Amino acid sequence: MVKKRIFPVTRVHEPLQVDIEVANGQIVEATITNQLFRGFELMAVGRDPRDASLFLQRICGICSSAHAIAAAYALEDAYGLVPTQNGELLRNLIFGADFLQNHLRQFYVLSLADYIRGPEQAPFKPKPPGGDYRLPDHIEKKFLEHYWQGLEMSMKCHEMVACFGAKAPHVQTIIPTGNIQSPDRDKIITYGSLLEEVTSFIENVYLQDVDIICRYYSDYYKIGTGYSNLLNFGLFPEGKERKPYYPLGVVINGGEPQELDQAVITEDITYSWYKDGAAQHPYQGKTVPDREKPLAYTWNKAARYKGIPMETGPLARLWVKGTYRNGISTMDRLVARALEAREISKLLARWIMEIIPGQPHLYPYELLPNAQGIGLTGAMRGALGHWVKIEKGVISHYQVITPSVWNFSPRDEKGQRGPAEQALIGAPVEDLDSPLSVGRILRSFDPCFSCAVQVIRAR
Amino acid sequence: MLTRREFLKLCTTASLSLGLSNTLISEIAQAFAQNLIPKPPLIWLELGTCTGESISLDNAVSPDVRVLFQEIVDLKYHWLLMQAQGKRAVQAVFETIENHPNEYILVVEGSVITKDQGRYNMVFEYNNKMYTGIDALRLIAEKAKHVIAVGDCAAYGGPTAAFPNPAGAVGVWQVIDRKVINVPGCPSNADWMTGTIAHVVMYGEPELDDYNQPKMFFGQTIHDLCHRRSDFETGKFASYPGEPGCLFKVGCKGPVTFADCPVRQWNNHINWPVETGAPCIGCANPGFPDATMPFFQHLPNIQTSLKPINPLTVGKIAGAITALGIGSHLTFNVLTGRLGKHWLQGTVDTDETSQEKVKQEEIIMHKLDQVLHKQETLIDHNLCKKEGLINKMNKLVPRGRKKI
Repeated sequence: MVKKRIFPVTRVHEPLQVDIEVANGQIVEATITNQLFRGFELMAVGRDPRDASLFLQRICGICSSAHAIAAAYALEDAYGLVPTQNGELLRNLIFGADFLQNHLRQFYVLSLADYIRGPEQAPFKPKPPGGDYRLPDHIEKKFLEHYWQGLEMSMKCHEMVACFGAKAPHVQTIIPTGNIQSPDRDKIITYGSLLEEVTSFIENVYLQDVDIICRYYSDYYKIGTGYSNLLNFGLFPEGKERKPYYPLGVVINGGEPQELDQAVITEDITYSWYKDGAAQHPYQGKTVPDREKPLAYTWNKAARYKGIPMETGPLARLWVKGTYRNGISTMDRLVARALEAREISKLLARWIMEIIPGQPHLYPYELLPNAQGIGLTGAMRGALGHWVKIEKGVISHYQVITPSVWNFSPRDEKGQRGPAEQALIGAPVEDLDSPLSVGRILRSFDPCFSCAVQVIRAR
Repeated sequence: MLTRREFLKLCTTASLSLGLSNTLISEIAQAFAQNLIPKPPLIWLELGTCTGESISLDNAVSPDVRVLFQEIVDLKYHWLLMQAQGKRAVQAVFETIENHPNEYILVVEGSVITKDQGRYNMVFEYNNKMYTGIDALRLIAEKAKHVIAVGDCAAYGGPTAAFPNPAGAVGVWQVIDRKVINVPGCPSNADWMTGTIAHVVMYGEPELDDYNQPKMFFGQTIHDLCHRRSDFETGKFASYPGEPGCLFKVGCKGPVTFADCPVRQWNNHINWPVETGAPCIGCANPGFPDATMPFFQHLPNIQTSLKPINPLTVGKIAGAITALGIGSHLTFNVLTGRLGKHWLQGTVDTDETSQEKVKQEEIIMHKLDQVLHKQETLIDHNLCKKEGLINKMNKLVPRGRKKI
């Protein structure tokens, strides 16, 4: 048995370290470590609740709009506000465009280099030694062009975000009750034409590229499978009912989706760098970082549903909705992400037509001195929840549960590995100096450790 | 090759509609071809960040990221982009230090995490040694030709250092004993980053203000450049975000924030916050976010221990404070920290605040009160000549840099 550490796993948002044990060419043990602690929720305490969506989106530069949206939902829940129709549509348009941005960037900029050899030029230089790259030269060449096009397209998606969100990353318009930017006709036209361009790229290039990768690397339909437990918090509320387009739900062992019960979400810090006991008192306890804690190996906590580790992300959303149930694996995650991008591009085209210029897009509201609320949504990489408590007019408690806290959670008190750790077990490692399979599996989850380390507490 | 003067003209407001135009790229390409300037290696180091700067940089239009990293500089290390991982990737850092000492550019994204000797942020492993962000920064910065801090976090601590600063985040300049070019913003605008890097490659260090920020991008306040400025002058104020009129009363921090957003705009000139009706939150401000929060509260609500600051002079005061420069950085940090705390009523301080620290802060606050008092006197006398004002200010504040 050989031990191997890879740090940093590059093309990931923030420092991801993975330690594997390999026996007979297969991974038999794996731990994933997040090496960055910032503690945004502790900073939120004492601040003006109206600042929540602007301040807390600074948690993450790749999915900033997701945090802005979740914070706005949480405040709306706390203050008993219903967003205006236009406001909701505008927020969905910003958020949806940010999804496309993320998915295109995830595939082309972060994932593709796992499957193509690339030229002797930055950022493909230096290269991993050896390597199992299977694409013929003419496809390689085409993919390299698409790499830069994909980057350009995700830039255009950010332009769409900025149409109604002022700027990207870190939009400045998402607030409770709606969106600050009004649905001006010129903005609608700009957004629409950019959307057309991006949609055409998704349908004609992105989907086909994913298809080609799947064909050459079809063994990855059986690699990186993990637990087959999926979880989704709902995404894109629509219409007067505010029913999410992607419904809430959980899947245990790849079965039929069940209803989500928020009450059984817990978190565990047995193997996390926090002092023990903090999880016992969700709304009172103070979580104290402790880098010296024995056995602990990461800043991530272990989110669990009924004590079960759950995977979340585009695959979970599509599975719960019923639009994709081929399987749960490295390739399935790539495919689901691409299909989701196509679905969202269609949704955006519909929503842009539903906007009514001139109608209200926000309204002033009363700030209650004491309130509490929950904001659940789906971020690009899976289920995202914000919990806020307001006392004497300021935030007295804030907690964020991010997708990466589910996917990249460490072991829990029962010793169960996190979903991504589990997905690594059994993966083939032909060359210890260049364990490409590890990167392929991990990146299929679209890890984001900027988000992952939050001081979460059990509910 | 473009003269430096022509380059500056490209970067500053005169030709902003073109961005950093294609002229620049062909000029640089030509310069490289004629061996007029060497193509420097570049290491991009991410510390305590949200990766917002890397993502923002991807939004660069002309030059775009490909041109920047392949044709303007020789990108050696950038963990969000590079194909290699683990040891092979880190090797590139050590090879660059060894083979190109005093030639390479170091760009730092994210604040330096200092808690627990920096172990709250490990960044890589090499030869069985784990490196903290501080270790890596000091190691790479030592032999770098230029160090550029991009984004508010790297420049001043930024959101990562927001009260009570659980990770002990600080700006790059507070950790290494050398000059750091600060390119703030949350995130930093792609043009600000590419423009600064291109200037460094072609002409060396750009002209910097007292905060070591390139003057070509951070020379004027948002308020001065704002297209809603006439609303301010004529007294047309918005009473809620999203309304027409000057956004001062709904919290705009444009008067105290030096950046060219109104003319440069964001994401390929699609939009910018004030255009949407959202107040500027001062994200390029050295005190962001504590000093500019609450975002929707207008400036007059600032209370100092001296007295409440008058709404009409606050812009001038804060402007003057900004103009005080890096020598008074400590003072400004304390000011913002203090104000931040004042705004964060009900916040219990962390256990780490020792008696000593509190005492030290009191002394500085006392000095600061004096400074503020003198400043107001100066401003009352309407000393319009900014240069003269800066000189006088500089004499008033203690020089010194905070070291960790």
